Amino acid sequence: MKLTLRIWRQKNKNSPGHFEEYQLDGLNPNMSFLEMLDVLNDKLTREGKMPVAFDHDCREGICGSCSLVINGEPHGPEYRVASCQTYLRSFKDGDTVVVEPYRARPFPVLCDLVTDRSAFDRIIQAGGFISVSTGNAPDANAIPVPKKIADLAMDAAACIGCGACVAACKNSSAMLFVAAKVSHLNLLPQGQAEKDRRTLAMVAQMDKEGFGACSNTYSCEAVCPKGISAEFIARMNRDYLAASVRSAVTSAAD
Amino acid sequence: MTLESNAPAGPLAEKWRKHKASIRLVSPANKRKYHIIVVGSGLAGASAAASFAELGYKVSCFCFQDSPRRAHSIAAQGGINAAKNYQNDGDSIYRLFYDTIKGGDFRAREANVYRLAEVSVNIIDQCAAQGVPFAREYGGMLANRSFGGAQVSRTFYARGQTGQQLLLGAYSALCRQIGLGTVKMFPRTEMLELVIIDGKARGIVARNLISGEITRHSGDAVVLATGGYGNVYNLSTYARGSNATAIWRAHRRGALFGNPCFTQIHPTCIPVSGEYQSKLTLMSESLRNDGRCWVPKNPADTKKHPNDIPEADRDYYLERMYPSYGNLAPRDIASRAAKRVCDEGRGIGPSGLGVYLDFADAIKRLGKKVVQERYGNLFDIYHEITNENAYEVPMRIYPAVHYTMGGLWVDYNLMTTIPGLFAAGEANFSDHGANRLGASALMQGLADGYFVLPYTIGHYLATVPPNSAPPTDHPAFADAERDATDRLRKLLSINGKEPVSTFHKRLGKVMWDLCGMARTKESLTQALQEIPKIRAEFWSNLHVPGDGDGLNQALERANRVSDFLELGELMCLDALTREESCGGHFREEHQHPDGEAKRDDQNFAFVSAWQFQGLNGTGQWQLHKEPLVYEEVKMTTRSYK
Ligand SMILES: Cc1cc2nc3c(=O)[nH]c(=O)nc-3n(C[C@H](O)[C@H](O)[C@H](O)COP(=O)(O)OP(=O)(O)OC[C@H]3O[C@@H](n4cnc5c(N)ncnc54)[C@H](O)[C@@H]3O)c2cc1C
Ligand code: FES
Repeated sequence: MKLTLRIWRQKNKNSPGHFEEYQLDGLNPNMSFLEMLDVLNDKLTREGKMPVAFDHDCREGICGSCSLVINGEPHGPEYRVASCQTYLRSFKDGDTVVVEPYRARPFPVLCDLVTDRSAFDRIIQAGGFISVSTGNAPDANAIPVPKKIADLAMDAAACIGCGACVAACKNSSAMLFVAAKVSHLNLLPQGQAEKDRRTLAMVAQMDKEGFGACSNTYSCEAVCPKGISAEFIARMNRDYLAASVRSAVTSAAD
Repeated sequence: MTLESNAPAGPLAEKWRKHKASIRLVSPANKRKYHIIVVGSGLAGASAAASFAELGYKVSCFCFQDSPRRAHSIAAQGGINAAKNYQNDGDSIYRLFYDTIKGGDFRAREANVYRLAEVSVNIIDQCAAQGVPFAREYGGMLANRSFGGAQVSRTFYARGQTGQQLLLGAYSALCRQIGLGTVKMFPRTEMLELVIIDGKARGIVARNLISGEITRHSGDAVVLATGGYGNVYNLSTYARGSNATAIWRAHRRGALFGNPCFTQIHPTCIPVSGEYQSKLTLMSESLRNDGRCWVPKNPADTKKHPNDIPEADRDYYLERMYPSYGNLAPRDIASRAAKRVCDEGRGIGPSGLGVYLDFADAIKRLGKKVVQERYGNLFDIYHEITNENAYEVPMRIYPAVHYTMGGLWVDYNLMTTIPGLFAAGEANFSDHGANRLGASALMQGLADGYFVLPYTIGHYLATVPPNSAPPTDHPAFADAERDATDRLRKLLSINGKEPVSTFHKRLGKVMWDLCGMARTKESLTQALQEIPKIRAEFWSNLHVPGDGDGLNQALERANRVSDFLELGELMCLDALTREESCGGHFREEHQHPDGEAKRDDQNFAFVSAWQFQGLNGTGQWQLHKEPLVYEEVKMTTRSYK
């Protein structure tokens, strides 16, 4: 099959970007979208041009590296898959496909399709953990976790941190990501001791990074390759409210 | 050179406890005067870096991805072993130890493997406390599944995303320390050279992949936790970025390389579908709990629709050949069996290189809902890639390169032959012998990082004066930096015609065809002639566009492939030298009449440790041997029948 690609090219963080158009022929519909970019890059190399930079690693939808906006949609047209799990059979022979990096202020473009998502790491560093140093742990079965709770925590923990939720949101809100991380730990009995501190600290860091507010349009949930439910946002809001009240009460009592 | 394993004396079950009680310590007040460099943020690197920082050491941690959470460990699916015996099915530390030693075909070091089994129980405790959402029973207790090569149920899991959840646990511990300022994290930074001063590892030279800047980092010890090197084969289940650069450059500077040819070919991967293919996708071994492997009895049936082939015309070859383990035979054995039936012309799918993994019986027995609950995400992955529905048509699978048991040679303390240089996780050779059992890599990575290195690194650091990390203007840093930049400059200036993928594919094909599931003297001799040729062409006809002053992914890959082109040669040399079959290393000349691997304990009960001696057209290496002394177990012929 044949495709016309309109790809965002940008030399580095400080230079302006622009679209360039490329034609590819003889593509196989069973190729993955990233394999198609490999083919393009080999072709560009042979022509003495710079290949297109894009983030990728596992190529099976779990590392969260790949981060393409394909025809305006983060991770492309298919439901619940990452860019690397998008196959050419999702497009028609002769289509024009537009490929861009995530567009969100907290995720600056570094080069072509590569963005800087380190803000997510800083949110975790602010409180996305249970403080248990190596060697301190009790027997794993000493604290039973009801299956329902463990399953729900796992639903939240399945987030791959790709940032598509932010890219899809008109406010560049990171609520789905943060809610997934907060809920995973706040749900578990092991996470209770630091629940309030964690929630407040992670939300504060999220705001500091410049992510916008959530206006409940749920475009985040729609593009999430792992189908993380927006219900976690409501759960985090409840945790946040309770933590704020409790911390106000305890600091008043101090 | 004599290779000292430094395994402590005394009864097997006492060794680690006694060792811990007698090794040197660094006092709490002195710990912050030591700086440890950890390269890698996968299970081994992240757990080590976090644990060192918790103890009070200063730590710098490096990874080439944009975030430590994206290390290749994230992709592990099936589970992690531990001798908890929560199922009351007769498991014990000894049994896990024995299964692992036997699974490795008696080519691993006994003392290390016993320690691994011993600390496995602490790993599960640690991970549960960190919030890893392991699968649970209704009563809230941890659930287990069984995995290949074991007759007990000891594998802990988090749906089909065990590696992800364990890594997120280790990453969260790492993030806590980064937040506290005790670990400095360097993402998108690739180690290029090791710095050695007075015979000791003292730092690294790295490249910032975004700015292209070359940086020097000095410390008191260096830990390489940079994962495996299976991408030598180009097509594998590894992440695309997985590479050997860190361990290879250390090898070039003197670290011995252990058992380079021991490669694991995983039996259940989605078959290759075309020339453009960039990676192979694993279908977790856990599928073999309920899936049954078969091919048609008659080659003429291979093009028929599988559901039209009646029971009587199917050969459930694993159940037939290995009745006591059946579909759960270890990986090397299951892979070879698949190859054998395909070689007989009974392989299925467009290329004839495939076998069926059939869930029809499981669905009949358990219902679709249960099968979906257990394996739903794997069936989804399969569907995305192949566009086929495995609930209705059997999966098509074929073996693919998956893991490397070989790696830098380390002693009992996980120290390489360069003092102060440690290797952990898949990057070392230590625990899996000639074949790794499923769910044991995650266990080993976390054992090394959480429970072994935090002790053994102190034993080394206690011999290093505090606050003695050398300044980075030391001539050794300048030398290492020159080596790194010279190589990059050379890659950029070849100005040939072909992209790096051309050479990677060619190397991969040679390795797969000639040093893959079955090896012969002829095939390996041929490979040893072809690889230097590909390497020479690489250095004369490669084209790397752009420059080194910014993000240049072609340059990154060329640099990694340049190392694969040397390592591949050593793998073939090792495979040629090891005149026996064991585990994943199958030399066709050495087999029993029934086609099983024929080990030669008389002559090959040793670890091959190779010393680099230079590259002059072809690579030059000297072989050293660490004899494998078994104090507790008897080497027997592995049987899964
Ligand atoms: C698809 C798949 C499924 C698997 N499933 C299982 C399973 O169910 N159970 C099991 O036990 N095992 C499984 N394994 C094996 C297991 O996942 C790996 O062996 C293990 O995770 C390796 O961990 P590691 O920490 O040693 O290395 P990795 O996780 O590979 O981490 C390597 C780290 O080193 C960094 N790095 C590498 N080179 C450099 C450099 N030059 N400079 C700077 N940083 C560098 C990387 O950025 C990364 O952070 C699976 C493997 C695959 C491929
Ligand atoms: S490359 Fe890992 S999720 Fe797409």
